[in-house]
Amino acid sequence: MRVHPLNTLMLISPAAVLLVVMLLLPVITVAVMSLTDWQFGAATLNWIGLANYVELWGDPVFRKSLGNTFLYLVLVTGGAVSIGLGAALLIESDSQLRGFYRTAFFMPVASTLIAMAVVWQFLLHPSAGMVNHLLELIGLTPRDWLNDRHVALYSLAVIGIWQMSGLALVLFLAGLKSIPQDVRDAGALDGISHPWERFRRITWPLLGPTTLFVVTVCAIRALQVFDTVHVLTRGGPNKSTEVLLHTIYAEGFSFFRMGYASAMTVVFIAGIFFLTQVQHTTMERKTHY
Amino acid sequence: MNRPSLLFRTARHLLLMTGALIFLTPFIWMVLTSLKPADEIFSRELTLLPTRLAMVENYTEALTRVPLLRYLWNGVVVCAAILVLQILVLLPAAYAFAKIEFRGKTWAWRLVLLALMIPHQATAIPIYVMLHHAGMLNTLSALIVPFSISAFGIFLMRQFFRTVPDDLVHAARLDGMSEFELVWRVMLPTAVPALFAFAIFSVVWHWNDYFWPLLVISSPELATPPLGTMFFRNEEAGINYGPLMAGTVLITAPLLLLFIAAQKRFIEGVTLTGVKG
Repeated sequence: MRVHPLNTLMLISPAAVLLVVMLLLPVITVAVMSLTDWQFGAATLNWIGLANYVELWGDPVFRKSLGNTFLYLVLVTGGAVSIGLGAALLIESDSQLRGFYRTAFFMPVASTLIAMAVVWQFLLHPSAGMVNHLLELIGLTPRDWLNDRHVALYSLAVIGIWQMSGLALVLFLAGLKSIPQDVRDAGALDGISHPWERFRRITWPLLGPTTLFVVTVCAIRALQVFDTVHVLTRGGPNKSTEVLLHTIYAEGFSFFRMGYASAMTVVFIAGIFFLTQVQHTTMERKTHY
Repeated sequence: MNRPSLLFRTARHLLLMTGALIFLTPFIWMVLTSLKPADEIFSRELTLLPTRLAMVENYTEALTRVPLLRYLWNGVVVCAAILVLQILVLLPAAYAFAKIEFRGKTWAWRLVLLALMIPHQATAIPIYVMLHHAGMLNTLSALIVPFSISAFGIFLMRQFFRTVPDDLVHAARLDGMSEFELVWRVMLPTAVPALFAFAIFSVVWHWNDYFWPLLVISSPELATPPLGTMFFRNEEAGINYGPLMAGTVLITAPLLLLFIAAQKRFIEGVTLTGVKG
């Protein structure tokens, strides 16, 4: 039975209109604006071609920001994936307290990051913070974790890892479940009984595609880091924690240089699209093994 | 399978317990601090439990110093409005993509997939300008309208609707049901589990979002919980941690309780972000 085209149109038009107005057109607008010198509130704008991008290339703040974002992304992705994988394997290897461990590691994912960032600020407080109290207790030197430009980015990365490991963990748990039991049994029959051997020769090769997938998921999230930076360091001290979204925010919404901020946004979108492409490729491979 | 050795089991618990403790520390510390008076919080000695309970003072201060309940209420209103709009908009479209052949479908679907990749921070500048010209900045609508469309929701529900048997759809049409009735009376009931996962995904996302409210909201009485947390912290200027921690307890509680109450569903919903990015 045919559905009248008018009916179909009515079904999809609200979604289609909003999709175009709220997502597709704005992205095109950002790309176009990045070729202008438009400032928010200004009545006129000039076409300046790729001048914004040329300026970006030579902008020390932007370069710093890009480098910091990359370092943060590598640290957080690496940390969260390692902890997530390690915890997933340990949790799966026996049945005791599985639910409790999963809940404990997942709690940070389920919590409101901004509120927890305030808690972290207190934990890392130079004089009243628990971290420095504990360090003094074992005879180490306390530090001002969020105001020392040598460690601030690493402190933020630790918070990022804390927040993201639970997500990696549940994705790995799902991946482990999809490994058929008979494959493990066959391994056991072949005399692979040592846990490490079993991991190296059975679990890890089968978990490969899942791992790639989890890496891209974490990387995409890490690239979007903003909340903790804005709340805890505002990109400082001395631009040592300046990251991409925070720089865009400052240029666009503090200095209102919308054209320049748009050029940065284009770089940001390119990064996300690249990671998404990698993810899609790994997802296709995942369904084939 | 034989069970792992006692040594392995002990090591497993040791490692996981240490990890779990570290991951839970911020929560434990937040709750404990919210019970302590200021002099104990800033004492030179690290004490775990409060010697004098200051729960009533801290929580009263948190609730009266800033309109905390107002923030929570705004969060509920914004999340509920976004979710209802999203479902109203995306369900008919998802149904059409799953069950109806129409011209330009492949092309339209590609646009949905393209939109799926767009992170919401990417559209911030044009949408901000748009809301400015519409005179909608600093209103609750500014928090709701831009998120009324979810490309991810269309994608998710279309995948789900494809598994609904065509016979069900045909039967409903033979009964003389219109396409709209069909969406809400036949498709919607079959989709409840998938919709529930999407609802959790959407609510967690928008309850926690900080970037967008920070841009469009300047009045404290319109703040959502994350933005309100910041107003509160700036108010306390980093000296009064007892009430501040009481505030963060109240702000993180709703989602954490939801998580504890419906763990499986919650994890299902949140891991959807994995696919979305």
